[in-house]
Amino acid sequence: MEDLGEKFLQVVIAMAIFAAVIGIIMLLVDRAPKSFRDKATIIGFLAPAAILLIVGMVWPALQTTFLAFTDRDGNINGIDNFIWMFTEPTALVTLRNTVLWVILVPTISTIIGLVYAVFIDKAHGERVLKALVFMPMAISMVGAGIIWNFMYAFRGSEQEQIGLVNQILVWFGGEPRQFLLDAPGNTFFLIAVMVWIQVGFAMVILSAAIKGIPADIVEASRLDGATAWQQFWSITIPSIRGALVVVITTITIITLKVFDIVRTMTAGNYDTSVIANEMYTQAFRANEPGRGAALALILFLMVLPVVIYNARVLKKQKEIR
Amino acid sequence: MTSTPAVPAMGTTETGEDTAIQPPIARRVKQRLTSRGATIAAVIIAVIWTVPTAGLFISSFRPEENINQNGWWNVLSNFEFTLDNYADVLVSGGSQSPNLGQYFINSLAIVIPATLIPLVIASMAAYIFAWSRFRGKDTLFVFIFALQIIPLQMALIPLLTLFVNLKIGEFQLLPSGSYAQLWIAHTIFALPLAIFLLHNFIAEIPGEVIEAARVDGAGHATIFWRIIIPLSVPALASYAIFQFLWVWNDLLVALVFSGGTGDVAPITQRLAELTGTRGGEWHRLTAGAFVSMIVPLLVFFGLQRYFVRGLLAGGLKG
Repeated sequence: MEDLGEKFLQVVIAMAIFAAVIGIIMLLVDRAPKSFRDKATIIGFLAPAAILLIVGMVWPALQTTFLAFTDRDGNINGIDNFIWMFTEPTALVTLRNTVLWVILVPTISTIIGLVYAVFIDKAHGERVLKALVFMPMAISMVGAGIIWNFMYAFRGSEQEQIGLVNQILVWFGGEPRQFLLDAPGNTFFLIAVMVWIQVGFAMVILSAAIKGIPADIVEASRLDGATAWQQFWSITIPSIRGALVVVITTITIITLKVFDIVRTMTAGNYDTSVIANEMYTQAFRANEPGRGAALALILFLMVLPVVIYNARVLKKQKEIR
Repeated sequence: MTSTPAVPAMGTTETGEDTAIQPPIARRVKQRLTSRGATIAAVIIAVIWTVPTAGLFISSFRPEENINQNGWWNVLSNFEFTLDNYADVLVSGGSQSPNLGQYFINSLAIVIPATLIPLVIASMAAYIFAWSRFRGKDTLFVFIFALQIIPLQMALIPLLTLFVNLKIGEFQLLPSGSYAQLWIAHTIFALPLAIFLLHNFIAEIPGEVIEAARVDGAGHATIFWRIIIPLSVPALASYAIFQFLWVWNDLLVALVFSGGTGDVAPITQRLAELTGTRGGEWHRLTAGAFVSMIVPLLVFFGLQRYFVRGLLAGGLKG
């Protein structure tokens, strides 16, 4: 721990440099000649963000797009990387898995989150119940990966199990299984981890939306003799449609980029890789930046329609209000 | 209703009687719907959701032999607790030790600047977008918002190359294996969303406040630091919590920019490494996972209200 002081010093120096830069900007802006002051303010206040975004996002995104059409030596190779992606069996498995993740995680998380939000709306101890399900959101996906690796831990049937999931199997008379090794089931067990994390998010947003439904509408349907089930379908669901769209699209985007869970639990082996993980593997492990870039580009193209749809819905809602 | 005789003694009209006897509508609805079944179902789900974490937590205090011999749910029948696992992963100096203490400090050293720097830069930009006028402002704002579409993955390779090539003569400005790369990368990736969210909040500040300060002769810098920042504390706090959690929990940016050494790499990266190489050492992994989770969990339970408020304000990284 002898380097503690040195690390602390680095942080202090960095913050001091940053404060100095900001201080100089403020000083220049306030001391600028009056005729020029407004312009100076705009430039000075926007410059740090603008420079960082251009250098760190716009330019890299353009470069990655270009990179996607080059081979490992940097020569342009047309659409070879994309041909690889859609023909190579291992790459195809990656695409298939990504599709599975993107369909299953948002759907299952939203359904469980919604059901749970409806249940706790009528339950005692709502705050505690909410916190318990929401907690996985605060944990890193690496932490979640370890938690679930432990849940799935495997011991031969002659030994005592230490993983709860296998123990439950054994209690019900089954044979212990290698949950993370056997394809294609293992992908589903990884997906379960993501669902475990995302349900809390869905629940918090949907619960807030449910509480926002005017009480008199609910009461009116009661007086009309609607059952709880009818009420759920004809009052609750339509009233929270906006929140549902937000939840599903947000989880979809997060899922498309999921990386840490796969990395920690299987490292993408045993046919469990997804685009975001494969991109890292190709670009930074296999020395194939072109393939990595092509995968990133595909990721971008997959995220794009989801975001556009989301923005459209939000805009429409604003217009209605 | 007309058949109900009015009760003269109470001196109320029919409608008055209605509201006097019945509780307010909202409460009545809630009471009617309260059902034991829903509560039980909710509790069952909550238990299922908590058991995995609880199992890890309990295991982290069990002696190594116990963890490997039987499941943590047997903990009551063989009751033995120890702090050895934590001592082992945090401070033991042996070459076998995961040395998490060191990585924990790295995480702190990464997360503090990586939260504060984007917060300041983004609020400056947000202030301009909310309170000044110039040509092309709206277009620029929409463009920055749209940058959220770009997945981090697209920026990684070029940004890494850029950091490597950023030299003055022979002197590398941002050497790999320094915190600087991580601070800057996290700052960049945080900006689009931070500017958008903080703008929404800063734009709501009443114009009279700013106008009054301007009349008193305050410049933009003064207005920004003396008025905008203090009034935006709720939004800043909520965003800071998110940024803090994202950076603390991040793995991808760390893997690409940290160089992987104990000098710089955060605890998440070390843990991911340990699961890869020593997946069977549960006494270390369980304790290690909890060391890495303790900070986010403290933030979560301590600041839960702001955390949820931030979420509801649409605070989500796209």
